[in-house]
Amino acid sequence: MKKSISYIILSVCGLLMVIPFIWMITTSVKSQLEVNKGNVGFLPIEHYSTYEEAGKVYRITSVKVDGDSTFIHIFDENMNRIRSYEKVATSDIIEKKQVKLHFENYKEAFTKVPFKRYFINTLFVSSSVVFGVLITGSLAAYAFAIMRFKGRDFIFYLFISMMMVPQPVYLIPSYVLLNHLGWIDTYNALIIPWIANIFTIFLLRQQFKTIPDELFDAARIDGCGRFRTLWKLVLPLSKSVIVTAAIFGFIGSWNSFMWPLVMTDSPAIRVLQVGLSYFSQEASAQTSLLMAASTFSILPLVILFLFAQKQIIASFASSGLKG
Amino acid sequence: MKKKFDFGPYLYILPAAIIVIVFRLIPIILSFIVSFYDWTITGPGKFIGFENYIMMFHDGEFWQSMLNTFYLVIFVVPISLVLSLVFANFLNGIEKLKSLYRSIYFIPTVTSMVAISIVWKIIFNQQTGLVNFFLTKIGFDPMGWLAESRGIIDIFLSSLGMNFSGFIQNLSGGIGMNYNTLYLLLGGPSLALFCIIIVTIWKGLGYNTIIYLAGLQNIPKVYYEAADIDGAGKIRQFFKITWQLISPTTFYVLMMTTIVTFQVFSQIYLMTGPPVGGPLGTTKVIVYFLFDKGFGESNNLSYASAIALVLFGIILTLTLLQKRLEKKVHY
Repeated sequence: MKKSISYIILSVCGLLMVIPFIWMITTSVKSQLEVNKGNVGFLPIEHYSTYEEAGKVYRITSVKVDGDSTFIHIFDENMNRIRSYEKVATSDIIEKKQVKLHFENYKEAFTKVPFKRYFINTLFVSSSVVFGVLITGSLAAYAFAIMRFKGRDFIFYLFISMMMVPQPVYLIPSYVLLNHLGWIDTYNALIIPWIANIFTIFLLRQQFKTIPDELFDAARIDGCGRFRTLWKLVLPLSKSVIVTAAIFGFIGSWNSFMWPLVMTDSPAIRVLQVGLSYFSQEASAQTSLLMAASTFSILPLVILFLFAQKQIIASFASSGLKG
Repeated sequence: MKKKFDFGPYLYILPAAIIVIVFRLIPIILSFIVSFYDWTITGPGKFIGFENYIMMFHDGEFWQSMLNTFYLVIFVVPISLVLSLVFANFLNGIEKLKSLYRSIYFIPTVTSMVAISIVWKIIFNQQTGLVNFFLTKIGFDPMGWLAESRGIIDIFLSSLGMNFSGFIQNLSGGIGMNYNTLYLLLGGPSLALFCIIIVTIWKGLGYNTIIYLAGLQNIPKVYYEAADIDGAGKIRQFFKITWQLISPTTFYVLMMTTIVTFQVFSQIYLMTGPPVGGPLGTTKVIVYFLFDKGFGESNNLSYASAIALVLFGIILTLTLLQKRLEKKVHY
């Protein structure tokens, strides 16, 4: 009894959470004409008028109603207008509705702006960032976790305190700096400042610390140097945390918006989020195209999420627990 | 015998350190310096001391942005906190379909703010939006939503038949305060900003729920078993056990949500306008304000830096407060 209340509440609220996505998808396959007519419910139903003549049903549009008769345009099955301003009796016009899915919206949205290019750019930037973050992160975390050296804690806390600084704070001076380096509107601006992530260092350091000392001793006795120990012992033991860090890095990079918006301009290196944002301004009245573009732009991450949801949710949950 | 100095460890942290120093530390220091000059996008200007800060203090737009950000925080944080704790409690109580529900609540967290802002903007659209479609279906008048600059308190009281703007008019005459200022303060967030509040809560709810769920799973079952034996009801158990033991998590969620909400940008940039910042600037938040000053028409990088530093000050204070109070709430 108590359980069923939980399920009802969770279902109702869950529905509210996903309604925007459902509506996004159903609107993405509607014709713009229907949307503009105000048929914005969930079902992609199309309303249209027909006129029957000599046993054949034609699609029509009515132009002007004049008493009992209406002036209409008559179309063939390919929606080519075959006759114009035909005067017919209004009662002969039959309203029909049908479910029709306009998948061509996706193609239109995809080709209207170079989304393919944006996808490739985003994939390139996100992968590079993840790659860089894992390399710098494992090296630094290894030193912080295992080695003893002067200033270690000071440097570590300096890193951590940098993590607390929100992006908007260093956005402006970063622009000044990158401009000075001549990196504005290049991939460098999107990748290099992001190839070290303090959260990743923190995460990996926590993991590396859990590896028992005996294993390090054994490695030393076997004649493993520092780097070999990292490569052969530490990293293989930390696979799941590395995956976590990679997922975090990828999602963060894929979804980042403000930084690429400020640091890049030309369409050749534009990333998906910025491209989508410009598209939403250009095509602000074309609701169904916008919904199609939104759908395919979130699809890669939703697929990634569905495949690795346990890992992803566990990763995010662990971000809340202090190590 | 003195050991040879070992450079090894420093080589390991070097790559990360270069990035952190060049792209975090130096920009932050640069930010302080730039805020005392009058730099534009074209290059360095002259030293002008505290002028940017003084200008900010007298800038009505700055105060309106602060007020809007404040509205955003005081609505988003408590609502998100309560809802996520409720969801987490329900989720914690079930076994079947748990991971399905968890995923459903979590999807907004992994999707990009840009895409979902575009979707929500159309959902709130006056003519072709889903919300007005439903409102008119069930017999209400459609509303302006993102185009509506009136405050929600004004809208609510006016719908009850009260003359709110008349009341503000009288009051502003009475206490000698500017009508607009008084209206912004007492009218509450505009309906447009309220839409942003809804979207911001919706987006962050999944994350907070997951954090709470992790916290709830850490509470040993024996406490509840003991309470059951003592005959304590579920509601009593919630306040006496769950709420007490979950307080470190609550604290974390509270602080994180506050800090993140102070930095809201994408939804403002994409959902409101044109012009961005919403009707009568009622959705302009502090990060959008600094973005606009820095990269908009005026291109005043120095002024934008000064604004960024004020934001930094606020967030730093909150973080330090968190570190201070954290010790007190830990059990």
